[in-house]
Amino acid sequence: MIYLDYSATTKVSDEVLSSFCKVEQEYIGNANSLHQLGFDAKKLMEKAVSQVAHLLSVKEEEVIFTSSASEANNMVLKGVLAQYKNRGCHIITTKLEHSSILDTCTFLEKQGIEVSYVPVLENGKVDEEMLKKMIRKDTVLVSIHAVNSEVGIVQDISRLALLIHEKNPLTFFHVDGTQAVGKIPVCLENVDLFTFSAHKIYGLKGIACLIKKRNVGLVPLIHGGKSQSEFRSGTPSVSLMVSLAKALRLALDDLFEKQEKVKKLNAILREELLKIDGVTINSPEDATSYILNLSVFPIKPEVMLHALEQEGIYLSTKTACSKDSGDSISLLAMGKPHEICGFSLRISLSYLTTEEEIRTFLKIFQKKIKELNFRK
Amino acid sequence: MNTRVILIKYGELTTKKGNRKFFIQTLYQNIKKKLSAFDVVITKDISRMYIEFEEKEEVDVLKKIREVFGIYNFQVAYKVESQEEVIKDTCLSILEKEKFSTFKVETKRSDKAFPISSMDFSRMVGGYLLKNLEGKRVDVHQPDCLLHIEILKGYTYIYTNQHMGLGGYPVGVQARGLLMLSGGIDSPVAGYLALKRGIPIDCVYFESLPHTSLEAREKVIQLSRKLAKYKDSIRLMIVPFTEIQEAIYKHCNPDYTITIMRRMMYRIMESLAKKYKALSIINGESVGQVASQTLESMYVINSVTSMPVIRPVACFDKLEIIELAKKIDTYDISILPFEDCCTVFVPKHPVIHPTMESCIKNEEKFDYLSFIERCIERVEILNITEEEQDSTTDLF
Repeated sequence: MIYLDYSATTKVSDEVLSSFCKVEQEYIGNANSLHQLGFDAKKLMEKAVSQVAHLLSVKEEEVIFTSSASEANNMVLKGVLAQYKNRGCHIITTKLEHSSILDTCTFLEKQGIEVSYVPVLENGKVDEEMLKKMIRKDTVLVSIHAVNSEVGIVQDISRLALLIHEKNPLTFFHVDGTQAVGKIPVCLENVDLFTFSAHKIYGLKGIACLIKKRNVGLVPLIHGGKSQSEFRSGTPSVSLMVSLAKALRLALDDLFEKQEKVKKLNAILREELLKIDGVTINSPEDATSYILNLSVFPIKPEVMLHALEQEGIYLSTKTACSKDSGDSISLLAMGKPHEICGFSLRISLSYLTTEEEIRTFLKIFQKKIKELNFRK
Repeated sequence: MNTRVILIKYGELTTKKGNRKFFIQTLYQNIKKKLSAFDVVITKDISRMYIEFEEKEEVDVLKKIREVFGIYNFQVAYKVESQEEVIKDTCLSILEKEKFSTFKVETKRSDKAFPISSMDFSRMVGGYLLKNLEGKRVDVHQPDCLLHIEILKGYTYIYTNQHMGLGGYPVGVQARGLLMLSGGIDSPVAGYLALKRGIPIDCVYFESLPHTSLEAREKVIQLSRKLAKYKDSIRLMIVPFTEIQEAIYKHCNPDYTITIMRRMMYRIMESLAKKYKALSIINGESVGQVASQTLESMYVINSVTSMPVIRPVACFDKLEIIELAKKIDTYDISILPFEDCCTVFVPKHPVIHPTMESCIKNEEKFDYLSFIERCIERVEILNITEEEQDSTTDLF
């Protein structure tokens, strides 16, 4: 099997899994119980919180565990807007966001919230001038991802943060960092809210994290008393929290070495793919090396996906979270034509990917293109 | 040769003529332990201690040095060859990094073989610096920056800055003391001040499970950890106090329960001190702060022991204690809202002016000696270090 869909999810690392199992089996108490078992579980939970805080250079009280990044993104949009409805009803985001942002925005629009989509330039970067113009007195929140999940565009978060806060110091800035954490360095200074998930960094599915800076108010989605955080009720899953803390530590270890390795693989892919007739590479040069988006006109991406699957190669059309057919919204936003937007595939890499896998993939990919073109 | 050296000036040690060697040796051992994780060479003589360190560890080493009692002040010096050109260059590169407008050079030449006299050398270096630094002036009376050159046999120390140490005596130059650690704001501060006078302390916590919570114990552990910063490791003795406390509430006049409880604690403290070879009891009592801390109360409570009871914060205002607690990082732990044995069963009207006679009369009602004995037998001892010894590390 050649797995090239790491941005959809990753296989849990043995170390993370063993932590999860150990905690699940040996720390059976509810972290909110007052007896020793609860106390032991609570200590572990506090340690997980403190490790995450330390790794991201934020305060412990700013770490809130959630069940998924989608939940965290929902919490941010719905919670912040509800908290500050007296201040305004305006959000700004981009069309490049994950569906948990875009769909929540659509939902909020039905509730009377005004959503503006800041356009992106041809290279996918946010149009800063437009953004500056769009920020108003009643703009409560700007939500922009750090790395786009389909094309791999990297936004300059620190710059955007300064720009937003300069225009309106009361506007909060949320960054969806799901595709960034563990892949590129992230700096949360000046970022008010930040979300990421464990399963993209060799952690388990079912645990994610919202970083909410102390100065930001938020109405919880789930009420029910202080659990790990007063902003998110529910019996704390200490095992999952510990596993996230460990996954995060491991992900940030040797970040640059891993990045270099993936960069090399990405370069091989780009070089070889461009030699193939009909292939266009959609990811800009300065996109993250972990994601490579391409289009093969006129082969339908679903067909290619299944053809490759027959050979044990796994990749994505668009993102796993927006499988419904139709053109890629991200590519459309970048102003690409239908021949590109309707025919895109996403290869996503890991430091675990080997050059041999890449070479094998390229060989089979080429073969499949020939076969499928012939069938046409 | 261009080594960085910390020059340590001893604290109050200089006044202790006969014991000087012992004091210096104790400080030396303490510093050695404190810096055991670092790549350092420590030497000493009668007037100073010298620590050569790796430049990349400077920040961490200095941080540790600031946590050792018995250091009056210290400088971070460059150790160079005693050659005119080398010294001049080093002086220049040091001052280039400093912010100042006026300076002065002061030379001490203990190696008389060095050909230039101190005065002449200061003038020479000063002239050289003036020529090479832009916009700086010499001020021999009140310079912003005082550059010291010490020419010794074979090498020279050059330094500008002087950092204050913690002062006090090296921990270990006095006999052991036992600190009554409750979890409140005052007792950790009392412990810190006792350590400052060189008393190696261990801590005693009176636990009243199930009336007190595990969180309260955890809090005391965290506080002990803060104190362990100054003393390598601290023994935390946990006294099971429930039975005795319940007996007091069963048998004694409610108004006297706190007084009797404190008398029992002092008795236990004395027994523990004898058992663990300590010569003093230390606590955070502050005159007049609560009912058991009026002088009348202190008198009847103190009278159960002949051991010295040291109350470092006896005459501090609460705000002064809080300020110190914040400085030593214990305040935030102390204010966590968990009940300790002094806050459970608080009577409505605790007696403010207790009499000895009433104390004795109350205590006659039950066989407290056997309770105390049982308490001492069942003391649990934890060894507390600054860094948490954590068995869960592999999970993270």
